[in-house]
Amino acid sequence: MAFESESHAKAYWKENLSLMLKLLIVWFVVSYGFGIILVDVLNEITFFGFKLGFWFAQQGSILTFIVLIFIYVRGMAALDNKYNVHED
Amino acid sequence: MDIQTLTFIIVGLTFALYIGIAIWSRAGSTNDFYVASGGVNPIANGMATAADWMSAASFISMAGIVAFAGYDGSVYLMGWTGGYVLLAMCLAPYLRKFGKFTVPDFIGDRYYSQTARTIAVICAILICFTYIAGQMRGVGVVFSRFLEVDIATGVIIGAIIVFFYTVLGGMKGITYTQVAQYIVLMFAYIVPAVFLSLMMTGHVLPQTGFGATIADGVPGSGQFLLERLDGLSTELGFAEYTEGVRSKVDVFFITAALMVGTAGLPHVIVRFFTVPKVRDARRSAFWALTFISVVYLTAPTIASFAKVNIFNTINGPDLQGVEYDNAPSWIKNWEKTGLITWEDNNNDGKMFYSGDERNEMTIDRDIMVLANPEIGELPAWVVALVAAGGVAAALSTSAGLLLVISTSVSHDLLKRNLAPNITDKQELFYARVAAATAIVISVYFGIYPPGFVAQVVAFAFGLAAASFFPAIIMGVFHKRMNSTGAIAGMVVGILFTFSYIVYFKFVAPELNTQENWLFGISPEGIGTLGMIINFVVAVVVHKFTGDAPEEIQELVESIRYPKGSGEAKSH
Repeated sequence: MAFESESHAKAYWKENLSLMLKLLIVWFVVSYGFGIILVDVLNEITFFGFKLGFWFAQQGSILTFIVLIFIYVRGMAALDNKYNVHED
Repeated sequence: MDIQTLTFIIVGLTFALYIGIAIWSRAGSTNDFYVASGGVNPIANGMATAADWMSAASFISMAGIVAFAGYDGSVYLMGWTGGYVLLAMCLAPYLRKFGKFTVPDFIGDRYYSQTARTIAVICAILICFTYIAGQMRGVGVVFSRFLEVDIATGVIIGAIIVFFYTVLGGMKGITYTQVAQYIVLMFAYIVPAVFLSLMMTGHVLPQTGFGATIADGVPGSGQFLLERLDGLSTELGFAEYTEGVRSKVDVFFITAALMVGTAGLPHVIVRFFTVPKVRDARRSAFWALTFISVVYLTAPTIASFAKVNIFNTINGPDLQGVEYDNAPSWIKNWEKTGLITWEDNNNDGKMFYSGDERNEMTIDRDIMVLANPEIGELPAWVVALVAAGGVAAALSTSAGLLLVISTSVSHDLLKRNLAPNITDKQELFYARVAAATAIVISVYFGIYPPGFVAQVVAFAFGLAAASFFPAIIMGVFHKRMNSTGAIAGMVVGILFTFSYIVYFKFVAPELNTQENWLFGISPEGIGTLGMIINFVVAVVVHKFTGDAPEEIQELVESIRYPKGSGEAKSH
């Protein structure tokens, strides 16, 4: 067992899942929400020549995905250190 | 120098580069390749993953589909990038910690079952076959245009080159060769986009030019590009570019199938086994998506520039049609491949392209990216560069897939399952037979494609979504899931998806319309439903068959944190 205790192992996994779920909610809302389900509503708004819903479907969601993975990589690295389960 | 000569030179130079790197870094066996790349840093691995991942479908076909489908084409843009989020958060780090090479290995060990392993191997083979069938069409489009032959000949020539490229030792997709391929591919994609953006909107960055106003001297100047595109589309009887025609349900399901499929594709997952640490697996996913996005954020811009240009060059600035005798050279060039045809229905000698009965043009969507520099009258070297990029994209992915197919058949299926007593020599023989069979099948589908490149490839993703994704997710996040449940899920999921696709694409293609689809889901999107069925079947079967053994549950616990990850092992 790499963790100090059973409770640490549980807490680590719980924090991991919670970070993952938060980011996946954003992932879902931006792509399926803004890009598909709400696209018609958002298309009423235009900025710089883009209809907003269309922009989310074609570019905005991709940019968001990159940011999400970046946050995840940073967050997990911090979590690994906190529970001392990082690699050498 | 004419375009054809330049193309030969540039494609030749890039080939020399790949071969040069392969000789220089000299990886012998498959094992060497994996172990060697264990020392590759996440940025290089990210680039290599990007090249491996971006196939003819991304490079050649995707922008064309977006150009013709407008908003509906977004499914490919979101689908093929959003999957990396799932991959980074739900799969890559855990599979890396698990420390095996292939997806069937993970499934076999996690579900402590030879049957599970065999089923996983069969799924992997089916997925790769479907995927490569789509690739060959893309390779064919490139070769037919630049050798000025018809598409069937182009497919055959391309297939022969891919076969030798794969069989040649040291061309197995070594990381640094793929880094080079990524760079060629990216330049080939970005350079024409920058030219077109400058020409049409005066913006250097195509990503912003896409939302800008049209430059002076171009028809419709002063108007927003997308607004003009919507206007032209409606006027010519097409759906509005930024709106699309597919039902919401279908768009949702296709996007999900592509995302989940990305996370379940065996040859992509493998890349994350080869980095030194769990932390690097996460970082590699980040870099891979970043490099992929360079191309994916440009694709929609190329699509809209191309569409406006097509309207302008075929229908003329006043939308009265352009005399065929004055047709731009790109139309004449592409007519030789048979991928563009013109029929003068009203005998006025003018071409007309529209979405209604006035239409006289048939344009294959897969030529868009390759024809784009010619349509925009860009310098010949840009046209040649794009060809080199197309070849790089198609070759890197096809070679990787052929390798997976041949080792899956000869090693995983025969040697480790059906015929454990075959000699090494026989194993090699069967590997070649498998690769050759895959080539022959893909040539057939390259000549008689059941859809555009990106659509055929979408089927491969659907199959991956319906088979591997749930098994791996439950393997990590549901530690009590047992082998019976996982096997039942995979079998039902892939059979359902496969039959649905085959039914609508081959058995009864005349019924392939929205009214006949199950819940309005097209064959491209059915993988999502297959995935849901897989999950449900697995969970229900698990309820009746008891939990996975204690030692397996401990194994699952141990892959949930990074500490103690070793080198990936083959068995």
